[in-house]
Amino acid sequence: MTADQIRQVVLGILARIAPDEDLSGLKDEVPFREQMELDSMDFLDIVMELRKMYRVQIPEEDYGNLVTMASTVTYLTPLLKDCSA
Amino acid sequence: MHSADKDYQRIVITGVGLTSPIGDSLPEYRAALLAGKSGVSNFETRYIGKVLAGICHFDSLKHQKRKDIRRGTRSGSIAVYCANEAVIDSGIDWLARNKSRVGVYLGITEHGNVETENEIYEISKFGHDTSVWSHHHNPRTVANNPAGEVTLSLNVTGPHLTIGAACAAGNAGFIQGLQMLRLGEVDLALAGGVSESIHTFGIFASFKSQNALATHDDPQKACRPFDVDRNGIVVAEGGAVCTLERLPDALARGAKIYGEIVGYAMNSDATDFVLPDRNRQVECMHLALQRAGLKPCDIDIVSSHATATEQGDIEESLALHEVFKDCPNVAINNTKSFIGHAMGAAGALELLGNIPAFDDGLAHATINLDKLDSRVPLTQIVANQPKQMGAVSCILNNSFGMLGINSVLIVKKYQPT
Repeated sequence: MTADQIRQVVLGILARIAPDEDLSGLKDEVPFREQMELDSMDFLDIVMELRKMYRVQIPEEDYGNLVTMASTVTYLTPLLKDCSA
Repeated sequence: MHSADKDYQRIVITGVGLTSPIGDSLPEYRAALLAGKSGVSNFETRYIGKVLAGICHFDSLKHQKRKDIRRGTRSGSIAVYCANEAVIDSGIDWLARNKSRVGVYLGITEHGNVETENEIYEISKFGHDTSVWSHHHNPRTVANNPAGEVTLSLNVTGPHLTIGAACAAGNAGFIQGLQMLRLGEVDLALAGGVSESIHTFGIFASFKSQNALATHDDPQKACRPFDVDRNGIVVAEGGAVCTLERLPDALARGAKIYGEIVGYAMNSDATDFVLPDRNRQVECMHLALQRAGLKPCDIDIVSSHATATEQGDIEESLALHEVFKDCPNVAINNTKSFIGHAMGAAGALELLGNIPAFDDGLAHATINLDKLDSRVPLTQIVANQPKQMGAVSCILNNSFGMLGINSVLIVKKYQPT
């Protein structure tokens, strides 16, 4: 998957776990939590969705990489490079 | 502490919120009961396929965001809907209310089966890899979940709990609320019962294995308490929550009073896991009557528990006969014939559907009663058409459950003195 495709995947996950949010203006460099109502359980949903969709295991010490869209895409790009969109 | 004040011990119903397969408000529900409208329909459930069920159609987004619904449970959504509707109906100024003096007490038959079945199904798609088991499972399945979701929705900071009481739970929720008010633990109780049971295949499968699951070509004729052709239970979902207050508090704010809970009782058969015992049912009814200071013939309407099973219907009818054999004018009806068995919500829904009788003077019917089972010795069953009662002042509500749990509630029309 390309970085753009990964961004779309993450957006899709966010849309499912925060269905009341308008994500059209989501800023890639701003932490998710500053733009959306996301708590720790929601955050675990992101991890869980990626695990289910792509069998990606994200260790707890790496959660800090999932703070913004930009950092999430950067972190996931090597992990998902062999996955199809 | 006002407990020395006699009226402080008098508990009244001041608001009603409900959802049932035939209505999502008391007026809608009552109209369907009087119209003889069944809410049983075809339903598809995992592994089993087609079954019959009572399905609710309330607007879950009325009081919850989509995220709340996704995160929580169906019974939580039902509870949140009913509690919010009850508060609105009560006319209480919720913003000004001291939420630390509000308690939430909801009866449940069971909770967590739906969510656990869903998770097991989900991980089955991943070779039963438990690493995809949801982190939401525990908060969804803790036994207090539906009551807890109500506190989150309404910012209630007083106590909340569910009361596990099998199919006697609806009455048990009211009783718990009443007791906490009388003890002075809270000033307002949100009390009743809820059920999401149709979303677990297990309840259908278990009743089927027990030869107690109703079947019928016409879903609306499937639930047939006391009828000779009945063949079992129709499982339903639903909920009913009331605002309960002490009489002086209700009067002080000029509340509408639906009725006063004047008697209640709970006891246990101690005889069998599933088979009921009419002797204990009789004792339970007599204890409730005694606490209410009433005689059997003071009761105008008896809302029966009968689920349309062989053992249950006969046993309860014998118990009712023993208590009310000298009361030819009592009207005995049955709500499950309309909506199926709403489990933890059953007792609450069945009581509340009868409460408007205080105003309209009608006893709603027991539908689908084409031929009374000859072993049912009751002459007072209101069959298929509502009965004009004239004045109605006392309603007795039976609700019984597995493991031999019995509950009886008596509500009296409030008469200002």
